[in-house]
Amino acid sequence: MKGFIVALFLVLVWPAFAIGPDEMLEDPALEARAREIGKELRCLVCQNQSIDDSDAELARDLRVLIRERLKRGDTNAEAIAFVVARYGDYVLLRPPVKPSTYLLWLGPLLILLAGGFGLGLYLRRRKQAALEVQALSPEEERRIQNILDRHR
Amino acid sequence: MRAKFFLPLVLFAGLVAVFLFGLRLDPSRVPSPLLDRPVPAFALPDLEGGEDGLKTADFLGGPTLVNFFASWCLPCLVEHPLLLRLGHEGRVRIFGVAYKDKPEDTARWLAERGNPYDRIGVDRTGRAAIEWGVYGVPESYLVDGEGRIRWKHVGVLTPEVWEEDFLPRLEGVGK
Repeated sequence: MKGFIVALFLVLVWPAFAIGPDEMLEDPALEARAREIGKELRCLVCQNQSIDDSDAELARDLRVLIRERLKRGDTNAEAIAFVVARYGDYVLLRPPVKPSTYLLWLGPLLILLAGGFGLGLYLRRRKQAALEVQALSPEEERRIQNILDRHR
Repeated sequence: MRAKFFLPLVLFAGLVAVFLFGLRLDPSRVPSPLLDRPVPAFALPDLEGGEDGLKTADFLGGPTLVNFFASWCLPCLVEHPLLLRLGHEGRVRIFGVAYKDKPEDTARWLAERGNPYDRIGVDRTGRAAIEWGVYGVPESYLVDGEGRIRWKHVGVLTPEVWEEDFLPRLEGVGK
């Protein structure tokens, strides 16, 4: 029974290890760099996962390819550039800052600023409205006079 | 007062327009950075394992339709009749790259269903496909006579895609 539970547990947690032991590099420093790169690159098959997380075959191929390039002396940037040259900026999970992505990066800030500006405007107006003493209309004037007269 | 009343409505309409546009985009279609660039450097063996498969230099001398396919790929089955027809029409050379497929499976598949390809390269590891920026089969490319990639289509090649996207581009590329 215990064995069964252990086996079940292993089966259940297995998908967490997208990277097979056979893929890993012997040099822990290189392997760590490969993991770092893998987290930066989007898997094109299951698009919201990194190739580090993905079980897709293409993700595996790219992981192996990156490890090969690191072993041959590529820097992290060179290995990433190799993949970007073939699949475009889209493979980068953190899009680069450049004219075509300014709106993407600055959009949230712009929305925050616009919201803050609108709120400030609204609050100022409300305060002003509260401060303004409204003159009584002739009708109100007459009613008050009536009340005063009655209680004299 | 009027303008203020309509402002939220206008903003809402703008958002609706943006979202509608976004819905019509296909997120599975990734633009290729290889467009208008030369065919990548690669060399693949043929189905018998000989050297006469497919390599970069084979693309010179005329426009080519390159089709990445596999015998295990169901959508490839769907587009296969169209490729066969195009092969008979002979308007363009068709090169095939068998992606991650056993050569004997590819050969059997083609023997059973017909072979539309003028040349076939066998890419067992998928490395050549990565050079082309392929992320799944089927994918098709139009390469001009100077060996430059001019167009990419991800997914099944349909008669509509052929008529509306491919043919006009083929005419632009020339013979």
